[in-house]
Amino acid sequence: METEQLIRTLAADNLHRARPVGLVLALALLAAAPVSMVMFLTEFGVRPDVMTAMHNPFFDLKFVVTLALAVSAIVVSLHLSRPEASLKGWAWLLLIPAGILATAIASEMMMPQRLPMMTRLIGSNSRVCMTAIPLMSLPLLAAALIGLRHGAPTRPAVAGAIAGLLSAGLAATLYASHCTDDSPLFVATWYTISIALVTAIGALVGPRVLRF
Amino acid sequence: MRETEDEWTGLMRLAISGDSAAYHRLLKAVTPVLRAGARRGLARAGQPVDQSEDVVQDILLAVHLKRHTWDAKAPFAPWLFAIARNKLIDALRRRGRRVFVNIDDFAETIPDEPVAETVSASEIAAQLQSLPARQRDVLQSIAVESASIKDTAAKFAMSEGAVRVALHRALASLTARLREQ
Repeated sequence: METEQLIRTLAADNLHRARPVGLVLALALLAAAPVSMVMFLTEFGVRPDVMTAMHNPFFDLKFVVTLALAVSAIVVSLHLSRPEASLKGWAWLLLIPAGILATAIASEMMMPQRLPMMTRLIGSNSRVCMTAIPLMSLPLLAAALIGLRHGAPTRPAVAGAIAGLLSAGLAATLYASHCTDDSPLFVATWYTISIALVTAIGALVGPRVLRF
Repeated sequence: MRETEDEWTGLMRLAISGDSAAYHRLLKAVTPVLRAGARRGLARAGQPVDQSEDVVQDILLAVHLKRHTWDAKAPFAPWLFAIARNKLIDALRRRGRRVFVNIDDFAETIPDEPVAETVSASEIAAQLQSLPARQRDVLQSIAVESASIKDTAAKFAMSEGAVRVALHRALASLTARLREQ
């Protein structure tokens, strides 16, 4: 086909309007959320002492950290869905949850504790944590990738990794209400390992599914 | 050079607001620049430059299908060149080349050599045959026979809306097939 003909054809299709990437991402995540929710309710469920736990600031803080991660990853992934975008100037957003967590660890250190540090770090749910977060992430990761696929990410591995962070952040928010380990040391260790795993999956899958 | 880029940005804004003639002019204006960049990139990778038109058409399709990712407040050229580089890298990878794309390949808005106005490439034509019949008919009518949407609708006894849908689907599936090949 002649390029001239192609150009005329594209111009004839000018009135077609694609949905914004943010909208497609939101719709995909909304569609996947019930799947993760069902996994959560059937396999894990909210911890029985949740009403008491809510008075513990370190329980509440888990949600602040995981939601901060999810929100900053959403913002960065929308940025990266544009072809000319790079992480430069945006990566610091992802440090916000890490900063909150570091502050939490420091304040826990300053308080008197019943349990020794290593006991708090190792906790009693590490294995569930490392299963639950990646499993509940998967539907959300697929959704995030579908959303980003609608964009034009020219760094598909990075965009895939951010999609992993995003989905793991959301899954960790669900998991946090199940987990009885509230120490920021536990969160910094086991949540981080689980989230890193999902991020790695995203980075591996990204180049395969995000090409356009 | 700056003026050219500002003009592109202006045309793209018009295009987004529904001015198809401005869109047509914009695509015509960027094509020689894309062609020159594609030739530079292919030559650098030791590939025959006569494949450049396939790369150009690939870029144009991607520009078209991804134009909703362009921020109308931003200049158009950086967005365009990012798409172009990405497509050139893709094309070189498909040909089994190790990729060293010079980011300057698409950084200039002045083509370094005049090229004939109409240039043909084979990849789209080859994939055209694998499209569903309705999409292929519509695409061929508009692309090859230069029929308008209205005439195409009359010819195939379709509504204009259905022609538009078929046309867009044809362009999208063509792009998907080029990607998978």
